[in-house]
Amino acid sequence: MKGERGVPVRLRFTKRGRVRFISHRDVARAFERAFRIARAPLAFTEGFNPHPRISFGLALPTGTESDAEYLDVELTEETDLDRFAADVTEALPEGMGVTGVEFLAARAASLQQGVTSISYHVEAFFSDDGAWSPSDVEAWVQDVLAADALVVSLRRKGREVTDDLRPAISALEVEGPEAGSPPANPPSHDATAIDTRATCVNVKLELSTQPRNVRPEEVLALVGPGCLSARKVLRIEQWIERDGSRLTPLEADTRPRAGIGAR
Amino acid sequence: MTTSLWPEIEPLLPGVEKPGRYIGMERGMQRPRHEPGLVRWLLVYPDSYEVGLPNQGLQILYEILNERDDALAERAYAPWGDMEAALRGRGLPLFSLENHVAASEFDVIAFNLAAELTYTNVVNCIDLAGVPVRAADRTADQPLVFAGGHCAFNPEPMADFVDAFAMGDGEELAGEITDVVRRWTAAGRRHREEVLHELATVPGVYVPSMYDVSYDGPFQRLTPRYADVPAVVDKRTVADLAAWPYPKQQLVPLVEVVHDRLNVEIFRGCTRGCRFCQAGMITRPVRERPYEQVRSMVQGGLARSGYDDVSLTSLSSADFSGIDGLVADLVNEQAGCGNVALSLPSLRVDAFTVGIAADIQKVRRTGLTFAPEAGTWRMRQVINKLITEEDLYAAADAAYSAGWRRVKLYFLTGLPTEMDVDTLGIAELARNVVEIGQKHTRKAACTASVGGFVPKPHTPFQWFGQNGIDELHRKIFLIKDALKGTRAEVRWHDPPATYAEGIASRGDRRVGAVIERVWRQGGVFQEWSEHFALGPWLDAMAAEGLDPEWYVTRHREHDEPLPWDHISAGLHRDFLWMDWQAALAEHGLPDCRWTPCYDCGVCTDYALEHVVASAVPPAGGSQGTGQDLARGGDVPVAILPTRKRAVAR
Repeated sequence: MKGERGVPVRLRFTKRGRVRFISHRDVARAFERAFRIARAPLAFTEGFNPHPRISFGLALPTGTESDAEYLDVELTEETDLDRFAADVTEALPEGMGVTGVEFLAARAASLQQGVTSISYHVEAFFSDDGAWSPSDVEAWVQDVLAADALVVSLRRKGREVTDDLRPAISALEVEGPEAGSPPANPPSHDATAIDTRATCVNVKLELSTQPRNVRPEEVLALVGPGCLSARKVLRIEQWIERDGSRLTPLEADTRPRAGIGAR
Repeated sequence: MTTSLWPEIEPLLPGVEKPGRYIGMERGMQRPRHEPGLVRWLLVYPDSYEVGLPNQGLQILYEILNERDDALAERAYAPWGDMEAALRGRGLPLFSLENHVAASEFDVIAFNLAAELTYTNVVNCIDLAGVPVRAADRTADQPLVFAGGHCAFNPEPMADFVDAFAMGDGEELAGEITDVVRRWTAAGRRHREEVLHELATVPGVYVPSMYDVSYDGPFQRLTPRYADVPAVVDKRTVADLAAWPYPKQQLVPLVEVVHDRLNVEIFRGCTRGCRFCQAGMITRPVRERPYEQVRSMVQGGLARSGYDDVSLTSLSSADFSGIDGLVADLVNEQAGCGNVALSLPSLRVDAFTVGIAADIQKVRRTGLTFAPEAGTWRMRQVINKLITEEDLYAAADAAYSAGWRRVKLYFLTGLPTEMDVDTLGIAELARNVVEIGQKHTRKAACTASVGGFVPKPHTPFQWFGQNGIDELHRKIFLIKDALKGTRAEVRWHDPPATYAEGIASRGDRRVGAVIERVWRQGGVFQEWSEHFALGPWLDAMAAEGLDPEWYVTRHREHDEPLPWDHISAGLHRDFLWMDWQAALAEHGLPDCRWTPCYDCGVCTDYALEHVVASAVPPAGGSQGTGQDLARGGDVPVAILPTRKRAVAR
C-alpha cells in the first residue's frame, strides 16, 4: 500500500452483550465511524479511493463474544494513547470498548500471521436424550487429551475433507456439570435435541489458529451430534507463541510509550 | 408494566440470518421509558430492516414524538422469513427494537406506506403483533393502526386493515393525533368508535370506518356517517421546512443498510411537473431549507454520525437555489476531516449538473444516473420531462470526459401514446450515449434501466390504462433486441410485478380482500423478486369476483368517480384533467417556481407559497426552464469547467 507512512498502533477491544450479533464486517465499519467521531488522526492510503489503514485479526464469528479482539491502525502522528482509547470507546456501540493500546514496533507481523492460538470460555449445555450423562464429561476430557488423533470430516469449498483436530487442542478443561440455569429458550436451530432439564457446563479451551482457525463448536461436536451445545462462546485471549514464549498481541511486537509527549 | 421480550428473543438470534437486524443499538437510538399516561407509538416500516431503517419520514416522526412530554416512539421492521418463523414457532409477537416490547403494548402502531407491494407485509405485521388484521374486529384495548406516506393518497385498498390514515406531512399531525389518543386513554378508552370519530375530525386524518360505502354500478361512493366528518380529507403541509430541522440525530445502523449515509433533506416538493410522478404532484409546493441550516445539518450530522458520505436529498437536488455554491462550500469545509463523499440523488439531465457531480466526486466516485424517462422528444413532451437530446448528450459527454466509464439511464415504458418508435428511441439514446463515451474511453458503457409504467392516483395519468404484461414484455424485448451486441446493457423490472402494483395502486376498497388473500397464501415481501408471484394475486382477484383488467389496463372516463376522490393533495381535478389533455396534445408545461402560476390548486387552496431562495431558474436550463419548447433543441449548454482541488485529507 502506497501512501503516507504513519505511526502504527495496536488496539485490544471487547465485543460483549447484544452487539455480539453484528458481523465482523459490521465491526470494521463501526470502528471506521468511531475513529471519525473521535477525530482520530488516521493515515489514509493514496489513490482514487483513499481509505484508512486498519487491519483486523482473525474474524470473530457473529454471535461470539470476546474480551480480546485486536486491530492495527496507522495514525498520522504520535498521540496520547490513553486519551485516544477513551475517545474511541466513547464513540463505539455499547458492549464494544478499547481495553488496551500500544505503539506497534516497526516490521511487526500482522495479527493474522502472528496469532497462533486463542483461549475460549464456553457455556454449554447437555441435551437430555440419554446418550450422554453429565458425569461422563470428565472421562471425555481425558479421552480427548489422550487421543493421538481426532479425525473429523468437514466441507471445504463444497468438498468433503478430513482434518485432525487433536493437534489444534492445546488445552481443554470442563467445570461442572452443575444442574440448573437451563436456557430460557433453546436455540431455534437445534430445538429438538434439547429439553428444559438440560445441564450446563463451563468448557475452557485453547485452540490453535494455524494452519486453520479451529472453532470451539467443532470440539464440542466431538462429544456426539447434538449432545453438547454452546450457549455462549467468549474469546478470553489471543496468543502469539514465538521462540518458546507465549505473549499477548499487546506484549508482542509493541514498543514502549516512553518519550511521547516530549516531542 | 411493560415487559422486555429480549430473554425470549436472544436465544432465537444464533439461528437466523443477519441477527444484528433485531438488536436495535443504532447510534441515535432512544430508549424511552414507558411511564404511565404516555401515548406509545410503534413506528413500523413494512419491509426488511435494511430497506426500512434509512426511511427519513419514520426517523423524523420518531424524534418529534420522543421530544414530546406526552408520547414515546419505538420502531419495528418486518422480520425476515426465518425470524418470523422462529417468532411464530415460539408464540412470540412482533416487537420493538428499543425496549423489545410486544407490538400490542403500544397505543398506536403506525405504518409507512412507501410502496404498494409492501401492503401484504403490513397485514402480516398486524397479525404478528397479535392484533386482528381487520380494523372492524378490534377492541378498545387493542392498538390503533395508522398509516401514512405517499401510498396513503389512495387509502382504499388498505382501508379494511387501517384504522386511520394520516395524509401528507406528518410533523404537525403526529402531535395532533397524540393529543386525541391521550385524551381518549385518560378518559378510560371506552369505545373505539369514540376515538375514531374524533380522529376523523382532525384535519389530514382519514378514518375509513367513518364512511358508508355504496356502489354505483362498479364505482365506489363514500358518504360520511357524521356531519363533522369531512367529505374530502385534505393533506397536511408544513409551510416552512426551516422550522423542522429533523432528523437531528439520524440513526446510524450497525448492520449495512441501503442508503447507508447521512441524508439531509434540502427541499421538499417539486414542481417540475413530470406527469407520471406521484411524489412531485402530492408534495407541492416547493419548500427549500435555508442554506445555512443545510450547512449546519451536514456539519453536525457528519461529526455526530461518523459517516463519510452525505446525500443532499430532494426530488431534484440540482434545482436547489445556489446548489453549486452550496456544494463548493461543503466540499471545502470537509477538507481536513477525512474524505467525505457528497452525492446528489435525482440529478437533472444536463451538463451543468454533471459539472457539479464531477466537482464533488473528486475524492470518491459513485455511479452517475440520469433519468430521461422516455426515448423521444415527443414522448418526453407527453410526460412533461422536457429534456432535449442535446441536454442528454452534453451530459453524457461531460460525464465520460470527467472520467466516468459507465452511465446509468432510467426509462419508463408503457407510457400514454407510446409507439414503437418511442420505445426504440430508448435504445437509440442508449446507443448514442455509449458512442459519445467511446470518444473518451474504449471502455465506455451504459446501463439502460427500464421500468413498466404504473399510473398513480393524483397525477394527470390517473385516467390512463396501464399496459398489460404481454405488451410490456414486447416493448422490453424490442429494446433488448435493438441493443444486442452493444455496450449498452438493459435491465428491466418484472412486468408481472408491475401488474400487481397496478392492482394495488388504483384499487378501491374491494381490493382489500384480495390483499388479505394474497397474504394468507404466504405472499409477503412482494417487493423482492424472489418472493413475488402473480398467481396468488390473480387467484385472489378471481375469488373476489374482480376483473384485474378493469382495475389495471382500462382507461378511465372524465366523469367516472375515482376511488381516491375523497382524498385531496390540493390538486384540482380540473387541473389534472387539463394537464392530461395537454399531455395527449404533446404540450409541455413549465416549472411554476420560476414562471407564472397556472393554478394547480395547491398554493391557492392551502394559502401556501413556494419557499425558494432564488427567483431565477438554475444555470443549465434543461427541463422546461427557458428552452424553446416548440422545437425542443439547440439550447446552448454551459459545461461547468471542473475546478482542480487537492484531495481532501
